[in-house]
Amino acid sequence: MCLLSVKNLNLTIDGEPILVDISFEVQKGRTFGIVGESGSGKSLTALSLMGLLPAGSRRHGNAELNGRDLFSLSEKEMCAVRGNEIGMIFQEPMTALNPVQTIGSQVAESLFVHKSMDRSEAMRMARDRLDRVELPASRFPLDLYPHELSGGQRQRVCIAMAIALRPKLLVADEPSTALDVSTQSQILRLLKSLVDEEGMSLVLITHDLAVISEMAEEVAVMREGEIVERGATATLFQKMSHAYTKKLFAATSHVPVREFGALGESLLNLKDVVREYTLPRRNLFGQPRKFRAVDGVSFTLAKRESLGLVGESGCGKTTLTRAILGLDGLQAGEIRLAGESVEAGRGLSNDLRRKMQVVFQDPYGSFNPRHKVDRLVAEPFHLSDGQLTVQEKREQVACVLGEVGLRSSDMGKYIHEFSGGQRQRIAIARALLLKPELIVLDEAVSALDVSIRAQILDLLAALQTTHGLSYLFISHDLTVVKAITDRVLVMQDGKIVESGRTPEVFEHPQHEYTRALIEAAPSIPKKR
Amino acid sequence: MLRYATERLASLALTLGVASLVIFAAIEIIPGDPAAYMLGLNAGPDAVEALRRELGLIENPVTRYISWVGGMLTGDFGTSYTYRVPVSELVAARAVVSVPLALYSLTLSTVIALPVGMIAASRRGSLTDLGIMGITQFGIAVPNFWFAMLLVILFSVSLRWFSAGGFPGWEAGLVAGLKALTLPAVALALPQASILSRIMRSALIETLTQDYIRTARAKGLSRRQAVINHALRNALIPVLTIIGLQFSFLLAGAIIIENVFFLPGLGRLIFQGITQRDLIVVESVVMLLVFAVVLVNFLVDLAYAATDPRLRTRR
Amino acid sequence: MRLPPVLYVGAFLSLVFLLAAFVSFFWTPFAVEKLNVAHRLRPPDPEYVFGTDHFGRDVLSMLMIGARTSIGVAVVAVGVGMAFGVPLGLVAAANRRGLADELIMRGNDLVFAFPSLLIAILITAVFGPSAVNAILAIGIFNIPVFARVSRGAALSLWTLDFILSARVSGKGTFRISTEHILPNIANLLIVQGTIQFSLGIIAEAGLSYVGLGAQPPTPSWGRMLADAQTFIFTNPRLAVLPGLAIVLMVIGLNLLGDGLRDHLDPRVRRKR
Repeated sequence: MCLLSVKNLNLTIDGEPILVDISFEVQKGRTFGIVGESGSGKSLTALSLMGLLPAGSRRHGNAELNGRDLFSLSEKEMCAVRGNEIGMIFQEPMTALNPVQTIGSQVAESLFVHKSMDRSEAMRMARDRLDRVELPASRFPLDLYPHELSGGQRQRVCIAMAIALRPKLLVADEPSTALDVSTQSQILRLLKSLVDEEGMSLVLITHDLAVISEMAEEVAVMREGEIVERGATATLFQKMSHAYTKKLFAATSHVPVREFGALGESLLNLKDVVREYTLPRRNLFGQPRKFRAVDGVSFTLAKRESLGLVGESGCGKTTLTRAILGLDGLQAGEIRLAGESVEAGRGLSNDLRRKMQVVFQDPYGSFNPRHKVDRLVAEPFHLSDGQLTVQEKREQVACVLGEVGLRSSDMGKYIHEFSGGQRQRIAIARALLLKPELIVLDEAVSALDVSIRAQILDLLAALQTTHGLSYLFISHDLTVVKAITDRVLVMQDGKIVESGRTPEVFEHPQHEYTRALIEAAPSIPKKR
Repeated sequence: MLRYATERLASLALTLGVASLVIFAAIEIIPGDPAAYMLGLNAGPDAVEALRRELGLIENPVTRYISWVGGMLTGDFGTSYTYRVPVSELVAARAVVSVPLALYSLTLSTVIALPVGMIAASRRGSLTDLGIMGITQFGIAVPNFWFAMLLVILFSVSLRWFSAGGFPGWEAGLVAGLKALTLPAVALALPQASILSRIMRSALIETLTQDYIRTARAKGLSRRQAVINHALRNALIPVLTIIGLQFSFLLAGAIIIENVFFLPGLGRLIFQGITQRDLIVVESVVMLLVFAVVLVNFLVDLAYAATDPRLRTRR
Repeated sequence: MRLPPVLYVGAFLSLVFLLAAFVSFFWTPFAVEKLNVAHRLRPPDPEYVFGTDHFGRDVLSMLMIGARTSIGVAVVAVGVGMAFGVPLGLVAAANRRGLADELIMRGNDLVFAFPSLLIAILITAVFGPSAVNAILAIGIFNIPVFARVSRGAALSLWTLDFILSARVSGKGTFRISTEHILPNIANLLIVQGTIQFSLGIIAEAGLSYVGLGAQPPTPSWGRMLADAQTFIFTNPRLAVLPGLAIVLMVIGLNLLGDGLRDHLDPRVRRKR
């Protein structure tokens, strides 16, 4: 039975065509997936259905929900549909809730708006809905404020709001993307159970093919505002008749070709590293409390080795990275790089600093927007005490830019003139400049679309071979770590709970946390 | 909440303590001999000596500071040298003009600015919005004392609706008193209201782009309901801060405006103190005004915490 | 790239007054030191474009020199505010939550508790009234404004990755503050500078109106308004003209500030 039928949806924003002839059908009690990279128009498709488009938008076509065309409804009639017949969940749970209202009244509001009922009745129903999304009354009373909840819990509140009136259709726009792996799988499981048990239909929008393959019965693949391919998930993923679908798949499970040379002697040595923070006092006279973000971590990284460090947010991997880079001091233990001790602040010699460089996650915040590329890439020259002439410096900058696949003519451009992938290339060029031995890659490919990510991984693999680099690859993304590392460390609550050769850890995880992580990560079934 | 209030209270006490030190140092230590300064060049050494004795200047500065602060804490602000009456009496007589004036204009500006800002924000880009922005642009640029003079020219000289100045006293009745304060309060309120409505507008516009507004709309709230139920309270947070900061400008403005309208308020008292070199009066009134500013900001901090739950449970 | 139209209007108005102030150093229609009682309170005519005041001085000449006084006081006061406030704000941001940050921010709160007029009153009570004291009073009040603005903007910059990578390159806080932070907050400082400039003009007018600013015979707009008050019933022209000068100058500066902000801030520019 068809619940929603979209025919020839066209959307323009300020005259610019954004969506072209989008048509699809959503069956009752089924999940329909929309997958695509950033800019493919998948979110705007959802907002078109809801009638919540940005100013300057014009949409054509029709979208029939139970035989009634949503696009022909007035704003007032649409208000009666939103939340009542269609519920929606957004990507960012941290900002999706009003910070100054309790979760109880925010859930109850969904009820108030559409049904006349008294406050206690609405609150009772809100309680019931929060129980349904597994936020029990004992730990999550109605008078909590959003800031007292974690990201996953907030997303559950958002779901409770969206399903408060048991709408027939639920639209979820990247509902699990901002969450950790294990939280992500819980949220997805919750959505699946809602579809199964309450007979809702779900439109699930995501960039993640694995999520789609686990959740959706039918799928549409979008690119640049068009649906390139559509059909039952199982058959579509088997056949992949469209070239773009094929490319997307290849990029998702891309494993760069790496040469496995002999590992050298040890380069980076951590021994019982402890990093503590002092928390603000609870009251004026209390003892200041300490929080151990990194708790007795030891490991070794060999020359030419690629070592992965995986863990969920809050596990201490960022704190550990900062300590390794010499940005923060240690409370106990020691870090040695090439035999020398890494001290925070001025204690760290320039010679030692130039042996390690870093590439960060955010391709936008990693560069001073006021400097041109030549100056951005040249920043580490600060550490070289050799007397290089301006000309020699320029040549070296041009040389590393060439190595990462950019032109030397890019030197005169500002950073905003580059795409996200190009920016990560520039960040890698900057890291390469002084021929370091270790490059720390802190979620370096996490913000990139899959096809770009595959290219950057190839580049990293090639550079490792040519320069004999060691990588410390920090990520929450298990697929990426699996693809590019020789060994992997699993971190939880400040401790390394498991370490070993990457294939072995992924095939036969020993620690239960590792097992849980690998299980939680959505995966695409192997092609037969 | 209690902890937050205690923290703010401690910070208030600290600010007042340092402010009193600064004022004391400025008035009683930097000029050298306040007695000689107060009496002017023509005073004989005997007269100066007598005044020094009377003001207790023979004591060392630390003792004097302690007794000054101690006196203020018990309500004793010293004795005015020119009027020969306790400063507290002078202040009390003047405060019944200044405090109602400040409250009057604060109320006026808030009552006008918040709805105006809301209207401008919700009709962003419309003619109404442009008109409001134009008027507020003018309102910000106008010095309040000059606006006061324009009001006098229009309402007192041409239309003869209000008197050009003076204050009949509250004995003349509430209506007569308020009438005398109306032009000054309007003059004071115009620049305040202009700034406040601009802040309200931009805060509301900023809030309307937040994700939770989209969430509210997805629940089925109309644009209007989303503004009232979700945007307003969040937009009020920055507005409150500005109201607190504005109070200090309001006070300064009131001091000048009292001169335009010949109102017997605290502002005029300070100027009389300066022209008559009555340092005792200047010192105490400045301290009182600083106290008022700090107190209002403390109240704003509390209102802030009442609006924003994140502050209350801050760890 | 198209410049916002308000920028032109603002720049034009500001330039008119700057030019008038500049010209007044070399030439004014009449000398303002000379009193000419025979020509007192003359209405505007071809000879005296804006008429004369109660001492027979040419109002246009007074306005030109008044512009000089206002602009001079406001510019120096903004300079004082920037020279002390910006470094303080940068230091506070670099030592976030440290002792220096705490001290600087408490100090800021303290100055905010004294409206600039009270500072002026204190200074005047001790040293007597003068234009220099007006500058000091307004300048001191500008310090916490600039400290706060630069601290706030610098704090959000310090969390960005490019600062981290500069630190990984071994650059110290001073070098990062001057090389990476300052250029990125310069726009904000320029915009805040024009706002404080216009507030300074209003504050100066207020101070000289109550007699705490520039002293006679130096003409200033506030002083002219104070003198005009006596003749408000007979010659309202004298009260209107200097006020209009203040308003136009301040509107010009505010529009310039708005225009600069729209032009310099890519975030705002994209939204429009």
